[in-house]
Amino acid sequence: MASITSRIAEGFRRSRNARLFGLVSPGALWLLVFFTVPLLFMLLISFVEKGRAGGVKVPLQATAESYLQFFNACSSEFSGPDCNPLLYINIFANSARIALIVTALCLALGYPLAYFISRQSVRSRNILLLLVMVPFWTNFLVRTYALKQVLAESGLFNTFLLDLRLVNQPLELLFNETGVLLGLVYGYLPFAVLPLYASIEKFDFSLMEAAADLGANNRRAFWRIMLPMTLPGVVAALVLVFVPVVGAFVTPDIMSGGKVEMIGTLIARQFGSSRNWPFGSAMSFIMMLLVLVGVVYYLRSGSKEERAL
Amino acid sequence: MGDFAVEMRDVVKEFPGASRGTDAVLAVDHVTLQIRDGEFFSLLGPSGCGKTTSLRMIAGFEMPSSGEVLIHNRSMGRTPPFQRPINTVFQSYALFPHMTVGQNVGFGLEMKKVPRDEINTRVGEALELVRLPGMRDRTPKQLSGGQQQRIALARALINRPEVLLLDEPLGALDLKLRKEMQLELKQLQEQVGITFIYVTHDQEEALTMSDRIAVMERGKALQIGSPLEIYEEPNSRFVADFIGETNFVSGKVLAINGSHAEFEADGLKMVASVEPGVTKGAQATLAVRPEKVRLTREQPGDTPNAYPVEVVEIVYVGTDTRYRVRLAPTVSLSVRQQNTVPVGMPALQGPSGLRMWVSWQPDSARVLPS
Repeated sequence: MASITSRIAEGFRRSRNARLFGLVSPGALWLLVFFTVPLLFMLLISFVEKGRAGGVKVPLQATAESYLQFFNACSSEFSGPDCNPLLYINIFANSARIALIVTALCLALGYPLAYFISRQSVRSRNILLLLVMVPFWTNFLVRTYALKQVLAESGLFNTFLLDLRLVNQPLELLFNETGVLLGLVYGYLPFAVLPLYASIEKFDFSLMEAAADLGANNRRAFWRIMLPMTLPGVVAALVLVFVPVVGAFVTPDIMSGGKVEMIGTLIARQFGSSRNWPFGSAMSFIMMLLVLVGVVYYLRSGSKEERAL
Repeated sequence: MGDFAVEMRDVVKEFPGASRGTDAVLAVDHVTLQIRDGEFFSLLGPSGCGKTTSLRMIAGFEMPSSGEVLIHNRSMGRTPPFQRPINTVFQSYALFPHMTVGQNVGFGLEMKKVPRDEINTRVGEALELVRLPGMRDRTPKQLSGGQQQRIALARALINRPEVLLLDEPLGALDLKLRKEMQLELKQLQEQVGITFIYVTHDQEEALTMSDRIAVMERGKALQIGSPLEIYEEPNSRFVADFIGETNFVSGKVLAINGSHAEFEADGLKMVASVEPGVTKGAQATLAVRPEKVRLTREQPGDTPNAYPVEVVEIVYVGTDTRYRVRLAPTVSLSVRQQNTVPVGMPALQGPSGLRMWVSWQPDSARVLPS
C-alpha cells in the first residue's frame, strides 16, 4: 500500500520537475549559449597572450600580463619613456566621473518630471508616460545622430540661440565632454524617469500635508519625508543609469568623434584597431567586477531603510 | 467684535469644474462663524456639505476664494500651514511610516529647532498624555488603529497649538473603541484647554462631545448652537431631520402669537413654538420629536395638542417601545416611549386597531419654514 502511494508521489514530483525544466530550458539554453559560453570564452582569452596581428597567439600561452597592463600602463613592450602607469586607471576613473555626472543629471531632471506626471489626471498621466517611452520604440543610434545634428555648430540649437541673440558665437557642444554628457543624459533619461515615477506614484501625499501642518516648509518636507519614502525609486534609477553609462561606448564615440576616451571606447578599440583581445577582455572583467562590487555595496547600505519601509 | 480663537468671515470656496463643460462647485457658500477660546466646536453635516473644506481653509491647506479666516484676530490671508499656529489630526492619521513613534511625535518640535533634550522630555510627556508611554521606539506599522490615532493626537498636541483641528479622526475605529475615544477626547480637551475644531458626519458624536455645533449642508452653515439648542430648537427642516429623529407634518400657519403659532394640518389644529421668519398664512412644516409625544388611554387635559389616534404599528426595541399612530388620513406620527416598567403588549384589536390618545406640549413642537 505504502509503496504504491509513494511511487505515485514520486511520479508526480518527477513530472512536475520535468514540467519546470521544460518551461525554463529554452530561456536557460539561450542564456547558456549566448551569454555564459561567450563570457567564459572571454575569460579564457583574457589569460592568454595576444596574437601579433590580433586575436590570440596559437598555441595558447597562459599569462596575466593583460591584467597587469591595466594597473600599470607602462608594463607592455610598446610604452615610451614618458608613459603614465596610471593611464588606464585614469580612463576608468574618468568614465566613472562622467557616469556619476550623467546619473546626477538624470536624477535631477527625472525626479521633477516624474513628480509632475504623478500629479496630473489619470488620462494626462498615461499620455505623458507614453511620451516618455516613445524613445524606446526608436533606434538608439538614429536618435544619437539626430541629437548630434541638432547640437552642431550650424545646427538647430545654435541657430536658435544666435537668432535670439542669447549668444554671440555658436556654443561648442560636440567633440568634447559636454557633447558626451548631453548625449548620455538624452539617451538614459527615460531609464531614470520610469522607476522614479513608479515610486512617486505610490507616495501618500497626505504625508506632505502632515509635514506642513507640523511646521515643515516645502524644502524640508521634501528632504525629510518625500525623498526617504521614494528612495527605492531613486536607487533603481541610479543603478539603471550608472551601470550602462559607465561602460558606454557608442554615444561617447559618436558625440565626441572619438576625442573623449571612456573605458567603453577603450575596450571596444581593443577588438578593433588596437588588436589586443586579451587586454580588452581583461579590462572588461576588471570593470565588471568593480561595478558589481560598487553596486552591491551601495544596494546593501541602502537596503536597511528599504526594509524599514 | 470679540476675541475669538477662530473666525470665518463670509468665506467662499469654489472649485473649478472637474472636466471641460462642467460647472464650478461651490464647496463653501458664504460661511460666517466664530469659535471661542477653549471651546469644543464641531462642524457637522453629510458628505459634501463643506465641513472638511472649511477645516482645510482654517488649516491653510486650501485658500478661500473670497472672505477671511482669522486665528486670534490675525487674518491668515494666504499664509501656508507651516506658518499657522494650528495642528491637525488627519482622518488617515498620516503618521510617517519611515520614522519611529518617538520621531513622529517629536517632528513638530524638530521643525521648530527645539533642543534635543527638551524634545525627548516633551515626547515622553505627550505619550503619557495619550496613555501610550512605552511606544517610543515602535514604528507606526506595529500599532493598532486606536494606538495610531492616539499617536497622531500626541504628535499634534505636543506643539501646543492655539487651535487643534480634527478631521473625522474616529472614523476608522470600531464602535466600542469610537465611543471610548469620544469620551477620552472630550476629557483631554478639558484637561489641556485648547480650542478643538472637530469635523464629523455622526450627529450623535457631535452631540456627545461638543460645546457648540455648526450644522452644515451644501456649503452653508444652517445653524450654530449648543447641542441642546440644535436638538430642541432646530431652525430648519434639514437640521431637524439630520439631528435625531423627527416627525414632520405639512400644513398651514393660521396665526402667530408672539413666539407661538396656530397651525392646521388636515383638519387638525395644533399649537407650537415657531421659528422666526415664518409668516401667517404660509405653508409650513411642524416638527415634533417622537419622544416628546405622549401616548395615553384617555384624553389628557393639560395641552391643546391632544388627538385621538389609531395605533397602526407597535415595535418593541428593548429600552423603548415605538408606535406608529394615525391622527388623520394624511397625518401619521412615530411615538417613542421609554419602557420604565416591564411591558405587556396591548394587542392590536380588530380591523380598526387600538384607539388611544397622543398629546404633546406646545413647546415640544416647532413650526419651521417648508
